[in-house]
Amino acid sequence: MSETTILNKKDMVTAKSSVSVLFAGDSGDGMQLTGTQFANTVAVYGSDLNTFPNFPSEIRPPAGTISGVSGFQLQFGTAGVYTPGAKFDVMIAMNAAALKANLKNLHHGGIIIADTDGFDARNLTLSGYGEANNPLEDGTLKDYTVFSIPVISLTRKALADTGLSTKFIDRCKNMFVLGVLYWLYSLPIETTIETLQTKFRNKQDIADANIKAVQAGYNFGDETEMFSQHGRFSVAPADKKPGVYRRVTGNEASAIGLAAAAKKAGLELFLGSYPITPASEILQTLAGMKKFGVKTFQAEDEIAGVLTSIGAAYAGALAATNTSGPGLALKSEGLGLAVILEIPLVIINVMRGGPSTGLPTKPEQSDLLMAMYGRHGDAPMPVIAAKSPVDCFYAAYEAAKIAVEYMTPVLCLTDGYLALSSEPMLVPSPDALASITPVFSPARKADDPAYLPYKRDERGVRQWAIPGTPGLEHRIGGLEKHHETGNVSHDPENHALMTKMRAEKVARVAEIVPDLTIDNGPEKGDLLVLGWGSTYGAIKKAVEQALDGGCSVAHAHLRYINPFPKNLREIMGNYKKVLIPENNCGQLLSLIRDKFLCEPVGFSKVQGLPFNEMEIEAKITDILKEL
Amino acid sequence: MTDTLAQLTAKDFTSHQEPKWCPGCGDFAVLQQLKNAMADLGLKTEEVVVVSGIGCSSRLPYYIATYGVHGIHGRAMAMASGIKTARPELSVWVGTGDGDALSIGGNHYIHTVRRNLDLNVILFNNEIYGLTKGQYSPTSKVGLRTVTSPNGVVDHPINTVALTLGAGGTFVARVMDRDGKFMRDIFKRAAEHKGTSVVEIYQNCPIFNDGAFDAFSSKERKADTTIYLEQGKPLVFGLDNRKGIRLDGFTPVMVNLDDASVSQDDLWVHDEKDFIKANILSRFFDDPDTMQNALPRPFGIFYVEDRITYEDALTAQIDSAQERGEGTFEELLTGSSTWTIS
Ligand code: SF4
Repeated sequence: MSETTILNKKDMVTAKSSVSVLFAGDSGDGMQLTGTQFANTVAVYGSDLNTFPNFPSEIRPPAGTISGVSGFQLQFGTAGVYTPGAKFDVMIAMNAAALKANLKNLHHGGIIIADTDGFDARNLTLSGYGEANNPLEDGTLKDYTVFSIPVISLTRKALADTGLSTKFIDRCKNMFVLGVLYWLYSLPIETTIETLQTKFRNKQDIADANIKAVQAGYNFGDETEMFSQHGRFSVAPADKKPGVYRRVTGNEASAIGLAAAAKKAGLELFLGSYPITPASEILQTLAGMKKFGVKTFQAEDEIAGVLTSIGAAYAGALAATNTSGPGLALKSEGLGLAVILEIPLVIINVMRGGPSTGLPTKPEQSDLLMAMYGRHGDAPMPVIAAKSPVDCFYAAYEAAKIAVEYMTPVLCLTDGYLALSSEPMLVPSPDALASITPVFSPARKADDPAYLPYKRDERGVRQWAIPGTPGLEHRIGGLEKHHETGNVSHDPENHALMTKMRAEKVARVAEIVPDLTIDNGPEKGDLLVLGWGSTYGAIKKAVEQALDGGCSVAHAHLRYINPFPKNLREIMGNYKKVLIPENNCGQLLSLIRDKFLCEPVGFSKVQGLPFNEMEIEAKITDILKEL
Repeated sequence: MTDTLAQLTAKDFTSHQEPKWCPGCGDFAVLQQLKNAMADLGLKTEEVVVVSGIGCSSRLPYYIATYGVHGIHGRAMAMASGIKTARPELSVWVGTGDGDALSIGGNHYIHTVRRNLDLNVILFNNEIYGLTKGQYSPTSKVGLRTVTSPNGVVDHPINTVALTLGAGGTFVARVMDRDGKFMRDIFKRAAEHKGTSVVEIYQNCPIFNDGAFDAFSSKERKADTTIYLEQGKPLVFGLDNRKGIRLDGFTPVMVNLDDASVSQDDLWVHDEKDFIKANILSRFFDDPDTMQNALPRPFGIFYVEDRITYEDALTAQIDSAQERGEGTFEELLTGSSTWTIS
């Protein structure tokens, strides 16, 4: 973080490596759209980027109150942006409630850009500050840098000659704020202008008014004396791999990953699904992908979601179902059927706080043991986890590959944090994606020997025999079946054999699981931080900082939880201690202990909130002190 | 396996597995007529999928030499919906029972019926749980004594036909296991109907609920207790068809054709396209064992409606989305909004 001082204070520009920004306002204020505009600008500018929306849990909460505050958080920077940021450097507070709700997460000394028009008597009362206690004026914010701007008034002034109604002009206030921010962070306004022009293609007056508001905000930054004390900031673009990028949330990435897998495999994608927070966007995204031949089936319940998918898989589609914890519980009987039928199926479970309805809008990693064991009978299936929004694409894709190539259901875990966070994704070329090769049983003639639907190849995998193929007519079901003919069998030896073969097949997936690698840090040392899923960003940052501080610590992150990578034991053995941070009460910890009979240190956080890097770094320091 | 030239016979639809139903079970007759109907329809074994849930009748797929999946309890309709949506060209049949379809699978049942996928649903109603050894089912009559209702059932039973019409069914029929030829013809009509066809079968379970339908099947009582619906024909029943049904407003009235004041022309003429009348017919649900002057129980096709199937509507949407060609793999990966870093 070098500082460049130029003589004229107004033109002083401080370079920063990364900045975390929160847009906060009333849920009617359009904070998500404003934040998205800003995100698009920094993305096109070439920054690393990670965004996270924070909606109120009610659909239409009372305006002006704390429960009505909607936030959009993002971090952009030159390097090292893995999370939306544990705390923000800058907060845009469109009203008093937005300030009150979020102040605790603003860095000490951070910047507040407040719309003074949202701090009138009414807003102060509704926010709980009280009419007489305006925090912008009473010294509450003395530890922060506060820029109080009468945004509504200035927007009205700037758009006075447009002839538009006041109601409409007021809606442009966010664009004014964006303009101010672009000035403050030395960012171009062109991306937003282009977006507005495209968005309001058929409403030129609206496009013009919004563009005018952005420009007015930018000019305000230039002209006002307000910033002369501090100057502006700049964040250099990241050194990103050249190519075409798109911005995706985890849920969008999961959806695209499934659709891409279907294309690669030459199969039709079928998604049977029932709406559930925070997984519904996967269904929504795929429902809008009919152009690519995707079929979505909004089922009557979670059970039908998985059963329609099992039907589609039996019929030869790449079938998937998506859900969150409560839905996974309902699907568990169906998953057992998929296990015994040995058909390909992808289940994407977007974890949220539990048990029961729990914290529907908050992330947690507490479905891991259910994913591993939550079925009656011995019913193992591969379990994999995504570590970032973009990684949801690759996790879904890999889940589909394993499902199709091993004829098994595969559980792919993401969570509410990844689901809604977004980051730039380098668009891969179709050729760069791993092959997915379904093996269909070919048609047979009348004098061919009898068809054996459960005959396996050397990996223990049966072939996919789909209806419509002459000569393969066969009857299978949830009853235990003979190990070759698939006919119902209650034979004790056969059941033991089939149980063993189903388990071995899943275990053999380890043959294609890449070795676990050290993400960061020394190959041998004092401490290994072993993570899985959405803790990736926070662990990555924490380990980076601990390494900077001279600690002997490394980070490895598990994609495959069942089966584990073959070298996991060896990797863990290279460190004196292993730390496993998880947003649950120690579920991976149990799995590792059980499998390797070792004693890693667990670190739980179950507050419906992701870890932040400070917490993990502090834990690393504590453990190293005791070594 | 199918020889494409020759029309198959019921034998070609017979699998190598011996049915494991109890001797005398009504399921045998249904299986036979189903195979007959499939052969009559000129179906090929490889294009047929028989899907079932759990229960005695859900063993059905094992005994038919087509593709078959025996799923889990109550979920046959959902599984069949997935198969049909993925592969609309397949001929998909569902074998299910009163417990499977109407109790544990009740939700899937009503939603599948309303979506109108082109499925043929054979609903074996024996008014009992057979496979679990004799507990009462959602269609058991009030008062029936079973192992779980030693003092008699207190639940009000489901009227399958009324439920199916209420759920938006587009083909609703009822038959009896003993009516071989009649059942075979109705199976064929069900298969030819494009949409979800429900055929409820009164199926005797000689082990746990023997005689549940004797009131409708016994030689002595049949004439007075049943009425066979025929398209465009008046509703007549009784010995030598000397009784009939007349509609007085919305109220069905039993009349005697021997009565001089009543003529054939006054009778209700069955029209399977008439939704209101089908609903009234579905309410002919009196129990002749406990009621005097019970309305006769109708058998045959209650209602048929032409309505677009789920899979056709979905396919039409996909076709229209692909009017200018199917999206390419590159487009799928790229999406609509991108930027380039060079
Ligand atoms: S228990 Fe009843 S329904 Fe089941 S097979 Fe035996 S006779 Fe048939």
